Amino acid sequence: MEKITKEVYLKWYEDMLFWRKFEDKLAAVYIQQKVRGFLHLYNGQEAVLAGALHAMDLSKDKMITAYRNHVQPIGMGVDPKRVMAELYGKVTGTSQGMGGSMHIFSKEKGFYGGHGIVGGQIPLGAGLAFADKYFKRDGVTICYMGDGAVRQGSLHETFNLAMLWQLPVVFVCENNGYAMGTSVARTSYSTEIWKLGLGYEMPCGPVDGMDPVTVAKEMSKAIERARSGGGPTFLEMKTYRYRGHSMSDAQHYRTKDEVEEYKKIDPITQVLDIIKEKEYASDDEIKTINKRVKDKVSECEKFAEESEYPPISQLYDMVYEQEDYPFLQHKL
Amino acid sequence: MKTIQFREAIAEAMSEEMRKDESIFLMGEEVAEYNGAYKASKGMLDEFGPDRVIDTPISELGFSGIAVGSAMNGNRPIVEFMTFNFALVGIDQIINNAAKIRQMSGGQFNCPIVFRGPTGSAGQLAATHSQAFESWYANCPGLKVVVPSNPRDAKGLLKAAIKDDDPVIFMESEQMYGDKGEVPEGEYTIPLGVADIVREGSDVTIVSFGKIIKEAHKAADELAKEGVNCEIIDIRTVRPLDFDAIINSVKKTNRLVILEEAWPFGNVATEITYQVQSQAFDYLDAPVQKINTADTPAPYSPVLLAEWLPNHQDVIKAVKKVLYK
Repeated sequence: MEKITKEVYLKWYEDMLFWRKFEDKLAAVYIQQKVRGFLHLYNGQEAVLAGALHAMDLSKDKMITAYRNHVQPIGMGVDPKRVMAELYGKVTGTSQGMGGSMHIFSKEKGFYGGHGIVGGQIPLGAGLAFADKYFKRDGVTICYMGDGAVRQGSLHETFNLAMLWQLPVVFVCENNGYAMGTSVARTSYSTEIWKLGLGYEMPCGPVDGMDPVTVAKEMSKAIERARSGGGPTFLEMKTYRYRGHSMSDAQHYRTKDEVEEYKKIDPITQVLDIIKEKEYASDDEIKTINKRVKDKVSECEKFAEESEYPPISQLYDMVYEQEDYPFLQHKL
Repeated sequence: MKTIQFREAIAEAMSEEMRKDESIFLMGEEVAEYNGAYKASKGMLDEFGPDRVIDTPISELGFSGIAVGSAMNGNRPIVEFMTFNFALVGIDQIINNAAKIRQMSGGQFNCPIVFRGPTGSAGQLAATHSQAFESWYANCPGLKVVVPSNPRDAKGLLKAAIKDDDPVIFMESEQMYGDKGEVPEGEYTIPLGVADIVREGSDVTIVSFGKIIKEAHKAADELAKEGVNCEIIDIRTVRPLDFDAIINSVKKTNRLVILEEAWPFGNVATEITYQVQSQAFDYLDAPVQKINTADTPAPYSPVLLAEWLPNHQDVIKAVKKVLYK
C-alpha cells in the first residue's frame, strides 16, 4: 500500500467532503422533485470508499455495488456532472437517463454498477473476477454489499464458488446497522457478519469503517491477497448512515441520539482533525478546499439542469445489441 | 449431409464455436467430468480442459450470476441448466441482470451469453419437472428465446445464439436428445428470428415449436389421408417471433391452429392469436384454435399425463374445427 501522506489526507478530506455535499445536493433537488424515483444516500459511510480507493489500482481493479452508488463511480474517476445528470434523467447522464439513481455504470472507469436487487450484484462481482482470472489479467474486483444483502442466498452460493475457484475478489459488507428499517440484530442470529466467511474458510474480519486509514490497510491486504492468487476475502466494515434508507424514511427505528453518537466519529471530521493537528493545511487552505467543493457541486447541478432529456427514439436503442430488433408495437 | 443425434448437434455447435473463440466457456452441473447430464457436452472436457468446461455445484443463482458478471468483463459464457425448471432458483440473474444490463448502463455493457437446457415435460416427472417457461422468458425484453425441434436446427441455431451479442435462452428437450436427423457437413448457422415452413399446404396453417411439433406432423400425415392439406410452420425462435411467416401463411390458408406445450393462460399461442387477428382479420375463415397443456400442474399418473399433454388427435380435432368438418 502506498504511504498515507499529507497529500492523501488532503485528498481524502476533499473527496469525502465532495461526496457528502454531492449527496446533500441530491437530497435538496429531490425535495424539489427534480430527481425522482428512489434516492439512497451515502452520508456517513465515506471512509469505506476513501480507504478502498487508496488501496486499489484504478488502472485495472474493478468495483461493483448495490443501489447506494452515486459516489463510488465519482471516486473511480467518473465525471460527477454526468452522475448528477443521470439522476436528473438527462441524456448526458452516465446511462443516458436509462438507469437513474440505482444504476450508475462506467465501463471506461471500471465501475460495474449500480444494482437494484439486494444481493444480486454479489455473483456478478465474482463473475468479473472470474473473467479477470480466465484471461490471466491481474485485476481485482471490489464487491460491495449492505448488511441486508448478506442474508441472501446469492452470497452463500457465491462465497462457496469464489473460494472453490479462488477468484480475485474482495467482498465488502458495509454494515451500517440497518437493512432499510430493520436492524441487523432483528434479522441475524449472529450479528458478527464477518463470521459468514468462516463457514467457507474465506479470510475474513471486522474493520472500523469510519476510519479511512484502517479501511485502507485492511483493503490493501485483501487486494494483495487476491492479486497474488490467494483468492477472496470478506471484510465487514462497521459503518453508519446518517440519512434514512431512502428519502421517504421517517427513521422511527432509531434514536436521534444514536445518530449523533456516530457523528462524533464522522470520517470527514476524523480526517480534518488529523489535518489540523499535523498542520497539513492552514485554516485558509481548508476554506479554499471547502469553496472548491461547493463550486464543484454547483457546477454539477447546473450541468444537470441545463442538459437535455433523451430523445423518445432512445427507448428502443438500448435493449439489444442487434440494431434492427423487431420490437412489438405497444400502442396505436 | 450426415446423420447425428440431437445431443451431438448441441455438442458440435458448442465445440465448433469454442475452437474459434477462446472467450467462450461452458459451465453447469455435470457438464465436464460426467459429459453432461444428457451427454450434450460429451468429449468437451477432454478437448477444452477444465478451465473452459466447468463443473459447478448445484448453485444456479450463483453460477448464473458469475457467468453474467464474466460476460460484462469479456467472456461469452454458455450456461447449461440441467433443466429450465432448475433455472427458477437463478432466474433473478437472467431477468434482472442479463436482460437489463445493456439498457441500465445506457448501452455500455452488453451480455453475450447463452442459457441452455431442456424445457417442458419428459415423461412422468410430475409437477416440478415438466414445465415450459418459453412464454415467461419471451415476455422479457432484452432476451431472445430459441426452441429448436430437430438436430439440424439445433446446431445451426445454437451456433447463431453463441455468436449473438445479446443474451439467448436456448431450450431443448430430454426427449429429443436421442433424436437423429440430417445436418449439413461443415460450417453453417441458422439466423435467429426466422421461422421455417416445414410442410407446405393450402388448407390450414399449423404453428408449433420444440418437441411437440412432432404431434403436428403426425396429425398432418393422418389428415392428408383424408385429403386435408396442412401447412406446418416451425417458428424455431419465440423471441423475436417471425410473425410475417405466420401471417403470410394464414393469408394463403385462411385457417390457423397453434400447438404449444405450455399452460394455456397468456402463452406464445396467445400472442400469435392476437397478432393474426390484428393483422389478418379479414383473411380468417374461422376463429383461431390453440392447443396447450391442461391448465394444471403436470400430473404423475400415466392416464392423467396423457390427458394433460396435447397430442396429434387434439390437433386433428382442432384442424377439423377450423375447417368446419
